[in-house]
Amino acid sequence: MFDNLTDRLEQAFRLLKGQGMITEINVAETLKDVRRALLDADVNYRIAKSFTDQVKEKALGQKILTAVKPGQMMVKIVHDELAELMGGQMEDVDLKGNPAVILIAGLQGSGKTTFSAKLARHLKSKKGRNPLLVAGDVYRPAAIEQLKVLGEQAGIPVYTGEDNKNPVKIARAAVRHARQQGYNLVIIDTAGRLAIDQEMMDEIAAIKKEVNPNETLFVVDAMTGQDAVNTAREFNNRLDYEGVVLTKLDGDTRGGAALSIRAEVNKPIKFVSAGEKLDALDVFHPDRMADRILGMGDIVSLVERAQEQYDTAEARKMTKKIAKNQFNFNDFLSQVQQIKKMGNFKDLAGMIPGMGKALKNIDMDDNAFRGVEAIIQSMTPEERENPGLLNGSRRKRIAEGSGTSIQEVNRLVKQFEDTRKLMRSMTQGKKMGKMMGKMPGM
Amino acid sequence: MAALGIFSRDKKEKLDRGLEKTKENVFKKLTRAMVGRSEVNEEVLDELEEILISSDVGVNTTLRIIERIEKRVARDKYLNAGELDRILREEVAALLAENADGEPVGFESVLTAKPYVIMVVGVNGVGKTTTIAKLAHQFKKLGKKVFLGAADTFRAAAVDQLSVWAERAGVEIVKQKMGADPASVAFDTLSAARAHDADVIIVDTAGRLHNKLNLMNELAKIKRVMQKVIPDAPHEVLLILDGSTGQNAFEQARQFTAVTEVTALCITKLDGTAKGGVVLGISDQFRIPVRYIGLGEGLDDIQVFNRTEFVDSLFRRDNE
Repeated sequence: MFDNLTDRLEQAFRLLKGQGMITEINVAETLKDVRRALLDADVNYRIAKSFTDQVKEKALGQKILTAVKPGQMMVKIVHDELAELMGGQMEDVDLKGNPAVILIAGLQGSGKTTFSAKLARHLKSKKGRNPLLVAGDVYRPAAIEQLKVLGEQAGIPVYTGEDNKNPVKIARAAVRHARQQGYNLVIIDTAGRLAIDQEMMDEIAAIKKEVNPNETLFVVDAMTGQDAVNTAREFNNRLDYEGVVLTKLDGDTRGGAALSIRAEVNKPIKFVSAGEKLDALDVFHPDRMADRILGMGDIVSLVERAQEQYDTAEARKMTKKIAKNQFNFNDFLSQVQQIKKMGNFKDLAGMIPGMGKALKNIDMDDNAFRGVEAIIQSMTPEERENPGLLNGSRRKRIAEGSGTSIQEVNRLVKQFEDTRKLMRSMTQGKKMGKMMGKMPGM
Repeated sequence: MAALGIFSRDKKEKLDRGLEKTKENVFKKLTRAMVGRSEVNEEVLDELEEILISSDVGVNTTLRIIERIEKRVARDKYLNAGELDRILREEVAALLAENADGEPVGFESVLTAKPYVIMVVGVNGVGKTTTIAKLAHQFKKLGKKVFLGAADTFRAAAVDQLSVWAERAGVEIVKQKMGADPASVAFDTLSAARAHDADVIIVDTAGRLHNKLNLMNELAKIKRVMQKVIPDAPHEVLLILDGSTGQNAFEQARQFTAVTEVTALCITKLDGTAKGGVVLGISDQFRIPVRYIGLGEGLDDIQVFNRTEFVDSLFRRDNE
């Protein structure tokens, strides 16, 4: 996510690494780079300034203790400060009450509607809630229709005001409807509005007053520039929202808005949204995000996501097969499908330390496995069970059937054999560390 | 203030209102920095740096502007805030002028071919569909026959949204069902529009983040397919940039240009508090003219971009 900022900081620290001591002079140079990196990342001008001042103070104060490795020390200081700036511990959403009500607010095009659907789906599957989505954007053409479609995809009912064009009344009626129909969570999507549009800001303030939500969430595009602080502040002045949602983090924006907004309004970032698929939603973890900023990867998120998607019974069965060297192409295919279920492959790989940078220029998206799947699916059941059968003519047929080339089929068979060998050795407790490097496609 | 030319007064006022905050900011700060001083000093330049960076101008461009001003100061030895204001305005305008060719292009003079095909691209949520509606309305007002192509078949209800706008603007729309191949929609649109002797064709595309290679390649395909119907189409590839976007707009401009050879930019949402400084930076770095600016959600909330007026509005002092 923050790859570009990582690059810059890495470069800044590389300068430091060559030096034995942190002095006023070399710290000043490095901090200038850090500050510039932050500005390039769209961190607010003043916040970047006060941030580097803070870091400088800490760096100089501690120089005697760890002067041996100034680069590492700077990484730690910058990391700690970033994590602190972004909010310390993670904070959950408040779902007390029946129904609990969440109000969604933000500028035009920030991603409110998509996020509303994602949030409903998230709270349904993670917290066992029975949500009702409310279409409160009566202005933008087809906004209601958009939420209906998303609601359908997510399997969440959507309440619309039918002919009612008053969002305050729609919100009130929706909450009443939820209470009567047994929905215990109401998520109200609203129209995008500018903070300086008094009439529209009055409207959303009135909605808030009417439904008294547990949480009002301010949705902001992660690509937002310096204006992020102004908008966040103005919305906060009117709505006193509980949390911030950062969207479109699957882009290559450096995401400085995350730092700025947290520092400006002192409200936690509760969710990050990365992608148009409805499961591309994460709870925000400031610590992990700071790790990401510094290129330390986000292993915890990766493991959590893997655990969620991975079928443990299936895994146990697989381990046995591997141990007996019975791992075949059917298993291989189901592994590939497991990985695909975990989400965008590049997102996943980006969570592994060091991978984010390496993968930056590689095209690796959800379709990365398409060729692999096609090849395996072009094999006969016997071939899948017993890869030893795959002679030249069979490979030729498979290549034709899958629309690939013999070379590609050969490569896959080779990868498969390597993987099988590797997995076997792993189950015997060896070579664990080499796994990632040898996984097909990585 | 300069003669309004093609702008109607209320449009001009709208732009001014939108940029109000910018002006107040710039001049309040500059004046404060200049009070009691007889020459430009470090502090004033720092102040200027903050103003420019805070307007999303970006570090590189800001440094470049400051460097130019320092050179001018060394040469001209200006003395007061008024002169600083003038020099600043000149230098910023020069930055924009360097990259755009000639005078601003009006809505009508854009149409150098018939049918004139505009392909609209951009990341998610920048205002592509709304901008298309506004453009359609402008061309329609000029008595042109306009066809819209609903090639955003991906985002939920995007086709519905464009259909509503087409109806409001009173123009034709060619669409298929959601999930259809966007290149096929573009092909249909161009074929139908040509058969009906249309003057302008505007093709919507789904928002896509510029780092998603496959989706970007899809744009290239849409463009290629258009050329099967009209060999020199699209005549304009219009990249829509959200005026509140920060430095990522550069990357957007770079990537979309690489794939579709963007020929013009439209900066939207300048009626908010976002400063639009991104315009300077991109104009400085890429040789793509800014064609339009978006200033609201109404069909008339679009203007042809005019460098002089833009810089004027950006730096003009209200009580002068």
